[in-house]
Amino acid sequence: MSATAPLIHARGLRKEFGTLTAVDGIDFDVQRGEAFGFLGPNGAGKSSTMRMIGCVSPPSGGTLRILDMDPVHDGPKIRARLGVVPQLDTLDLELTVRENLIIYGRYFGLSRKDVRDRADELLEFVQLSDRANDRVEPLSGGMKRRLTIARALVNEPEVLLLDEPTTGLDPQARHVVWDRLFRLKQQGVTLVLTTHYMDEAEQLCDRLVVMDKGSIAEGGSPLELIRRLSTREVVELRFSDEAPHVDEQTFGGQVARIETLPDRILLYTDDGDALVPVAHERLNPQSVLVRRSTLEDVFLRLTGRTLVD
Amino acid sequence: MAYALRSFEYWAYSYRRVWRGSIVTSIVGPVLYLSALGVGLGTLVNKGNKLGVPYLDYVAPGILAATAMQIGTFESSYPVMAAIRWTRQFHAMLSTPLRVRDLIVGHQLYIACRLTMVGAIYLAILAAFGALHSPLALLALPVVVLIGLAHSGPVSAFSAWLERDEGFNALFRFGVMPMFLFSGTFFPVTRLPHPFREVAYATPLWNGVDLTRHLTLGTATVWQSLAHIAYLVLWIAVGHVLARRTFQRRLVL
Repeated sequence: MSATAPLIHARGLRKEFGTLTAVDGIDFDVQRGEAFGFLGPNGAGKSSTMRMIGCVSPPSGGTLRILDMDPVHDGPKIRARLGVVPQLDTLDLELTVRENLIIYGRYFGLSRKDVRDRADELLEFVQLSDRANDRVEPLSGGMKRRLTIARALVNEPEVLLLDEPTTGLDPQARHVVWDRLFRLKQQGVTLVLTTHYMDEAEQLCDRLVVMDKGSIAEGGSPLELIRRLSTREVVELRFSDEAPHVDEQTFGGQVARIETLPDRILLYTDDGDALVPVAHERLNPQSVLVRRSTLEDVFLRLTGRTLVD
Repeated sequence: MAYALRSFEYWAYSYRRVWRGSIVTSIVGPVLYLSALGVGLGTLVNKGNKLGVPYLDYVAPGILAATAMQIGTFESSYPVMAAIRWTRQFHAMLSTPLRVRDLIVGHQLYIACRLTMVGAIYLAILAAFGALHSPLALLALPVVVLIGLAHSGPVSAFSAWLERDEGFNALFRFGVMPMFLFSGTFFPVTRLPHPFREVAYATPLWNGVDLTRHLTLGTATVWQSLAHIAYLVLWIAVGHVLARRTFQRRLVL
C-alpha cells in the first residue's frame, strides 16, 4: 500500500435493504492515525456504514476500499486487521472476563500462549484485571463496554471501529471509555466511530462527517465545522409558556440566525453578552443562557433537527 | 477447515461448563431406558419371539439411534438461536476472519464430538446388557454420528430461519416426538398402516435405526448398509446447503 493511500476510501457508497435506502451514496476517506467520526441521529445510516466497513455487510453500490483491499473478496483478510466494538455487546455472559478475551483471540488464530499474555495486558489496559476470573454477567454496563473494547484489541488492529461506544453508559463510565480511547489514539491506532453525542465527537474526533437520512451533510474538524457553520456564541432563551415569534429583524444586525425549538429560542451571534439586555427587554424570557457554539448547533443548522430526539 | 476449528473451540469451551452433568445424563439415560423397556416391557412383549431376538436386544439399537437424533436436534436448536440472537456469539465470530461456513462447520464438528462421546458410552452400556451380538457393533459409532448430523444440519437451518423460539415447541412436538415413536425404534415399521409406513421409510431416523440395528445384531449386508449411509449423507449435505442460506440471510445483512 502506498504511503498516501487512505486506510478507508469510499465513493458513492450505498446500502439498500429492499426498498429502504440506509446509505445513499456517501464519499469519505479515513487516513492512518486519525480519529474519524460519523455524527448523526438514530437512523442516519451510521451503523449500516460501519457494518460495511467491518466487512459483515456487502455494499449495494459504489466503491469501498479498506486497507487497499476489497471488502467483498478479502473480507477475512481485512477483518484480521480490524477491531470491532459493535453497538450491541456480543460477549458470552456465562464465560469469565478472561475466557471471553481468550476465545475471541483464538478466532484470529493467535496461539494459546500469546492470547493468554495478550489477555492479561489488555485487562490491565481497560482496568479489569481484578475481575479477570469473574463471570461477565454481573458486570456493569461500563465494564462490559471496556471488556468489549479490550476484546477488539486482541489482534492488535490497525483500525478500531466503534459503533456508539458510550451509548447507555453513565457520565463517569463514559469518561473512562473516552480516556482509554484517547490513549489508543496516542498510540497511533486509527479510530472510526459513530455517535449521536456531540460532546463525544468533539472530545475524540480529529475529523468527522455529519450524517442525516443516509447522506453526508458536511465534513471537517469539529472546530472548523463550528467556525464555518455557526457563530461564536449562542444565546438560549427559555419561556414559561409558548415562545414568541421572532426573526432576525427583531435584533437589528446583532443576530446572524435564529432557531426556534419547541421549548426554547436559539440566537446565533458573535457577542452573546451584548445581546442579553436586548433579549430581556424585547422578549421577557424566563431564563437566558450564553454559551459557545457546539456541534449540536452545526447539526441543527444542517438538518433543522436536534441530535437526540 | 482451520477457521472452522476456531469456531469449534468456542463450543468446546462452553461445553466445559456443563460436561459433568452431561456425562451423567448420557449414562443414566440408556440405563433407565434399557431397564424399563428392555428388561421390564421386554418380558411382556415378543412372547412368540416374532422379532427373532430378545426385545432388549431389539430395542437397544433403536434407542441409541433415536438418542443420536435427539442430540443432533437439540444441539442445533436453542444453541443456534442463542448464538444468533441472545449471546450473539455468531456476530462476534463474523467480525473476526471467520466466515459463515466456518460458523456452521465448526458447530457441526462440535455436535459430531458430542455424538461420538454419547455413542461410545451407550455402546459400552449396551455391551454390559449383552445387547451386542457382533463386532460389527463398533461400526454403529460412526453411524450414530451420521444420524445426529443428518438432523443437526437441517435443524440448524430451521433455527436460523425461525423468528422466535416458540417454533421449537412445534419442532419437538410434531417432528421429534413422532419420529422417536414411529421410526422403528420400538417396533417394526411394517406394523404401521400404509401411507404412514412409507413416511417412516423416508425419515432419516428409520434409516439410522435400521442400520444401527443390523450392525449391533450382526445382520448387516453391504448394499443395504451403503444405501442407508448414502441417504443419511444426503440429509447432511442438504442440511448444510440450507443452513448456509438461512445463516447468510440472518447474519449478513
